[in-house]
Amino acid sequence: MTHDPHDHNHDHDHHDHDHPHPLQTDHAEPSSHYELMGVALNQLLQEKGLYTAAELRAQIEAVEAVSVQSHGARVIARAWVDNGFKAALLEDAYAAVQSMGLDAGPAELTALENTAEVHNVVVCTLCSCYPRMLLGRPPLWYKSAAYRSRVVKEPRAVLREFGTVVGDHVQVRVHDSTADLRYLVLPKRPAGSESMSEDELAALVTRDAMIGVCELSL
Amino acid sequence: MIEFKNGERVCIDDRAESRHHRVPAYAKGHCGEIVRVCEQQCRPEDLASGDVNGPKVVVYRVRLRQVDLWLDYTGAANDCLDIEIYAHWLRRAS
Repeated sequence: MTHDPHDHNHDHDHHDHDHPHPLQTDHAEPSSHYELMGVALNQLLQEKGLYTAAELRAQIEAVEAVSVQSHGARVIARAWVDNGFKAALLEDAYAAVQSMGLDAGPAELTALENTAEVHNVVVCTLCSCYPRMLLGRPPLWYKSAAYRSRVVKEPRAVLREFGTVVGDHVQVRVHDSTADLRYLVLPKRPAGSESMSEDELAALVTRDAMIGVCELSL
Repeated sequence: MIEFKNGERVCIDDRAESRHHRVPAYAKGHCGEIVRVCEQQCRPEDLASGDVNGPKVVVYRVRLRQVDLWLDYTGAANDCLDIEIYAHWLRRAS
């Protein structure tokens, strides 16, 4: 019997052969009900003249062009070097961010200060609310059922999985972004950064520190 | 509609709501403290059914103690969770 290269169990749960498969299937599965609803809604809204395809494309481009370093990180660095700005940020983050010439987005914004006594961490248990105008699109883990369900119930264990150990003398404060507010964590300024400029400080600030799953160091 | 002030003790209603709403099940029926009075917003229940002219209600940030929320909580005793709750889901703690 001649050997046929496909003379093997072709059940795709068992990749016991060595030829490559495409990363994306050539014929995708039929779209789900909700995917089709989304496509239909988009078509209807455009047909009714609420927005154009070009406006939609430009909005997607604008959202995806937001970079942590040119937005959220600048806010944090300013708060670290300017006590007046920091006080304004903690009082009314939306107004403070707008005063820097940045777009704070459509929602009320609240800044949460990490201190020696309090560690803040942000989640949206109901969906994926996130300060996109400052941090761009949320990371995949932020939208995962595991993060959303676990960080409210066992925040210290979740933080440990991110490499962040919070001492028992520090209060862990979880913020569930369930409604109309958005949150930005103001991380602790790293020790040893006293002589750094505002621009140098901004380069230290990371997305995850502003969600509250890590701290910053030099 | 009752209005609350910072520091007041409130309880979150424990009731079913078939329409879209923004109160997660784990928080229903729990009591805590108002820590911020936020802007007024339309009710999600109205917005979800296309009613954009319903009454606006105040949104509050309510601080709940983790040891109250979860019987088996293992963190520090003063760990807490702050959550946004619309006024029509809150009542004064008795």
